[in-house]
Amino acid sequence: MDIGLDGGFAEPVRQAQSSFRAIMDALANPGTIRKFADLAPAHGPLTGELVSTLLTLSDQDTSIWLSDELRQTAGVEGFVAFHTGAPMVSETGHAVLAFAGSANELPDFDAFNLGTQEYPDRSTTIVLGVTALEGGDELVIRGPGIRDHLNISPIGLPEGFVAQWAANRELFPRGVDLLLVADGAVLALPRSTRIAEGH
Amino acid sequence: MTTTAQYNFAYLDEQTKRMIRRAILKAIAIPGYQVPFSSREMPMPYGWGTGGVQVTASIIGPSDVLKVIDQGADDTTNAVSIRAFFAKVAQVQTTTHTGEATIIQTRHRIPERVLGQGQILVYQVPIPEPLRFLEPRETETRKMHALEEYGLMHVKLYEDIARHGRIATTYAYPVKVEGRYVMDPSPTPKFDNPKMHMSEALQLFGAGREHRIYAVPPHTEVVSLDFEDHPFAIQHFEEPCALCGAEQVYLDEVILDDRGGHMYVCSDTDNCESRRAEGHRGALAGHAVEAAE
Repeated sequence: MDIGLDGGFAEPVRQAQSSFRAIMDALANPGTIRKFADLAPAHGPLTGELVSTLLTLSDQDTSIWLSDELRQTAGVEGFVAFHTGAPMVSETGHAVLAFAGSANELPDFDAFNLGTQEYPDRSTTIVLGVTALEGGDELVIRGPGIRDHLNISPIGLPEGFVAQWAANRELFPRGVDLLLVADGAVLALPRSTRIAEGH
Repeated sequence: MTTTAQYNFAYLDEQTKRMIRRAILKAIAIPGYQVPFSSREMPMPYGWGTGGVQVTASIIGPSDVLKVIDQGADDTTNAVSIRAFFAKVAQVQTTTHTGEATIIQTRHRIPERVLGQGQILVYQVPIPEPLRFLEPRETETRKMHALEEYGLMHVKLYEDIARHGRIATTYAYPVKVEGRYVMDPSPTPKFDNPKMHMSEALQLFGAGREHRIYAVPPHTEVVSLDFEDHPFAIQHFEEPCALCGAEQVYLDEVILDDRGGHMYVCSDTDNCESRRAEGHRGALAGHAVEAAE
């Protein structure tokens, strides 16, 4: 079934700006939950949060990796191509932005572009749909943007997430940045954030 | 619509904003690292804050309140014209009060009033590379940052001590961010360096001519470089502000005549005006404002 091209931002300028501010505030204050002020409608397997992030950040300059599940749904690729003009890549290492609807669709973080020591900014930003941004097991995070420490409890993180993230943090300044989206909001973990399991 | 309907909201086209926004996100994720971006021609010359203006244009929304300062002052040419620019192309509310602003674009000062959570400070940066005057080649400075090789900067500070008996750098004083990247805080007086440390505000830096964006997130460690036997120290002023009597603030010297007369006044005009409105008076403040009128 083709799910068509309808959707996206009704007011691209205003909605992209408000979505960006939610993402920027989330990234500048890791672990805090920032609401999208005006969410784009969901599109097939792409939730409103994924569509909003996609349209806010991508264009012809950003190669995009979509999880197999997203990609194989008829209409998703067409929707992304129509609304962003972004080239799609199947090689995770070539992605500027990566989108997955759930954690089991996502390869390990180190499969993505981790940037180089000279240009760490060239790494992939992963946008991951999760079940919920709070209510799960508590993780303690520390790092830039966090006053002392903060507890986060998203539900639906990838398997072995804490170890994977520790390995990602070890690479600093290289490494991926992670945007978790659910419930009309975003929670960001930049590569600078350290996670300790605990209470 | 208004007469400026031919411009997109906040002047820049959407594709440019997305490109700058992506650079800002990477800059926040790697505090102190200079992210290259494709700086655009702006309707003002390089050196007038094109980098800061592009950053502000990419983040600003209709509900933001913008303050612009130039060397601490809200009423100098650069500040007035940038404020007018955004009032025109983004129809945003502007203010001169630090406490009311959500975005403060600044040229070479950090306001005296402590910035709070949710505020964004956008710096206009002329030369973003702290190592540039020590090593002119970009390929080399990039490698030095990659390898965390900052010995040259310490040699420079040491040479200051050898020559002058103290670290003579008074502005654009290099800092280390989160123990990793050495960063140029833009040509702010070193007086302002401690305000960057663990600030609650997000600090974004835009260098238009040099095509670089960098950032310091809130609650981030920003340490001025120094030596154990020559610790970092900020400027101290002998006398308080002549208008509002403030101490522990950064003062500008104003020449009063050609016989050596001078006065020191707050560089931060909003801080000075607020204090005078509260009734504080410096030595040269004259009578109450009503009487002066």
